[in-house]
Amino acid sequence: MTVTDSPAVARAVETSDRVASHLHPLGSFDLDDHPVPTGREEIWRFTPLRRLKGLHQDDATAPFGADNLSVHVDAPEGVTVRTVAADDAARGSSGHLPTDRVSARAWAAAPGATVVTVPAEAMVEAPVVVTHTGTSMDGASAGHAVVVAEAHSKATVVLRFEGSAVVADNIEIVVGDGAHLTVVSVQDWADDAVHHSTQHAKVGRDATLRHVAVSFGGDLVRLNASVAYDGPGGEAQMLGLYFADAGQHLEHRLFVDHNAPKTRSNVDYKGALQGEGAHAVWIGDVLIRKVAEGIETYESNRNLVLTDGCQADSVPNLEIETGEIEGAGHASTTGRFDDLQLFYLQSRGIEEDEARRLVVHGFFADIIRKIGVPAIEEGLLATVEAELEKNVGKPVSA
Amino acid sequence: MATLEIRDLHVTVDTEDGPKEILKGVDLTIKDGQTHAIMGPNGSGKSTLAYSIAGHPKYTVTRGSVTLDGEDVLAMKVDERARAGLFLAMQYPVEVPGVSVANFLRTAKTAIDGEAPKLRTWVKDVNGAMAQMKMDPTFAQRSVNEGFSGGEKKRHEIVQLELLNPKVAVLDETDSGLDIDALKIVAEGVNRYREQGDRGVLLITHYTRILRYITPDFVHVFVDGRIAEEGGPELAEQLEAEGYDKYVKAGTTAAG
Repeated sequence: MTVTDSPAVARAVETSDRVASHLHPLGSFDLDDHPVPTGREEIWRFTPLRRLKGLHQDDATAPFGADNLSVHVDAPEGVTVRTVAADDAARGSSGHLPTDRVSARAWAAAPGATVVTVPAEAMVEAPVVVTHTGTSMDGASAGHAVVVAEAHSKATVVLRFEGSAVVADNIEIVVGDGAHLTVVSVQDWADDAVHHSTQHAKVGRDATLRHVAVSFGGDLVRLNASVAYDGPGGEAQMLGLYFADAGQHLEHRLFVDHNAPKTRSNVDYKGALQGEGAHAVWIGDVLIRKVAEGIETYESNRNLVLTDGCQADSVPNLEIETGEIEGAGHASTTGRFDDLQLFYLQSRGIEEDEARRLVVHGFFADIIRKIGVPAIEEGLLATVEAELEKNVGKPVSA
Repeated sequence: MATLEIRDLHVTVDTEDGPKEILKGVDLTIKDGQTHAIMGPNGSGKSTLAYSIAGHPKYTVTRGSVTLDGEDVLAMKVDERARAGLFLAMQYPVEVPGVSVANFLRTAKTAIDGEAPKLRTWVKDVNGAMAQMKMDPTFAQRSVNEGFSGGEKKRHEIVQLELLNPKVAVLDETDSGLDIDALKIVAEGVNRYREQGDRGVLLITHYTRILRYITPDFVHVFVDGRIAEEGGPELAEQLEAEGYDKYVKAGTTAAG
């Protein structure tokens, strides 16, 4: 693979006191603060708006309210699940403020919210599984979920998205002081689905969040994952894995707001692309505020291009306002499938298809291992396998 | 009974200025039980010969033939050549991140044999082969060649040679870059393989050093894409003393 590592802090941007870069506009619940995008805006320039099914427009053009998404929650004992009205105090408890029009529209339109709460000091072994099943492409629905891990609890929450639907949602994640929470969001949609997801986390003092975004399905998935801290000592691991097939647009936008000292973050996304028109977008942004002394951060995105006709856009950003940090860096690589690796494996008798599978498995292996939920890890390996079978054997021209 | 037969082999490689001929008519027969050393200066085409036998896509055979026991090797894909009994120990073994050595070896063994190896004996075989090559058993859990030192990569190649046990092994500068201890370990591994009596070895090297530990039956001097001289082990001694100068000059004259 051709590797083009940028040195740490290569693209560091010095900003003024006013922290409002083009990368993370100031948030607002007021729809008027988010005009209908034209596609030229920094935050929209990679997204094919005409494939958003009007999610970015207005209620007249593309109203919400379709009954096209069923939500089923499988929660182990000790975890409470509530369905609350839109005005419930749980909404907004993560401190989320919509930074784009789709998130703001979904916020306004959501009829209520699903609230999953892990009580303080509870240690929950089995994962909570929230399955969203799309049933129709007619109309669109606005979703809202709040996941709360109270102080010193430990749990895993899996959000699954399947079937066909047009969905815009806001997922709020609140990690209480000293809690350990893993949230895995699996976009395993049917080929036609359109999903705009905004997932924002507040990480408490000395708390640990592991957020994993897994995107395989859908015509268009745009996922904004953001983190801010609610005290010193918090840690966020933002992991991602995606596999874009012919014609698919999979976009992941990460924002880590180091707004507290001694916090840590590690963003690590890996994606494979295959087939004509497969498009992956990864935008990473880490902001280190003046107050955030002694923090440590690293963001990385690696793409593996398996065939001709794919496009991977990968832009890491680092905005640093204090020099008093432990470490900050980023890397972005996009490489073609390595013919030398293939030759090496084949020269040991391994057939080309099998060799290709080994290399792609190997590429994803470290991310999958980091997830730390065996049931999810096995499922992901199987999904990678299935994705590969769609394309295996097709030659890559040099 | 295994015979690798190379006849009038011409090979080109694509360059910016169009195809360039690297091999210009190579004739070589390796019968079972024989070890042939190919020696030659840099750029003479030694590695091209190794890669062409293995089927590297970068090289195009324009004339000639390569057969293994009469079977047309050139018609086979890379993996088919390996399953037919050819093995190439590479000068620069390739790193495959995320694929463990254990998984790699088992997958290769299964492919070569056409069936998965028996679990219990296999683990023993792998551990044994690694121990003989002085490789720590923890290497089995590491990614293939990733973060290995130059010497570890070469020893890993010989571990594979012993486990896959091909009919004919092509060793492409397996000795280069090794310190004397590593060289001895590698040579011992190759000699164990040879001691089976019916295996062929094509040992490509720039230096005579390794021939003190692996005694060849035949030595070929490779210059400008073809074999310039052939002889017994004594030819290596002569090269040690005189170097390649007289062949290189002769080659230049012939080419000019």
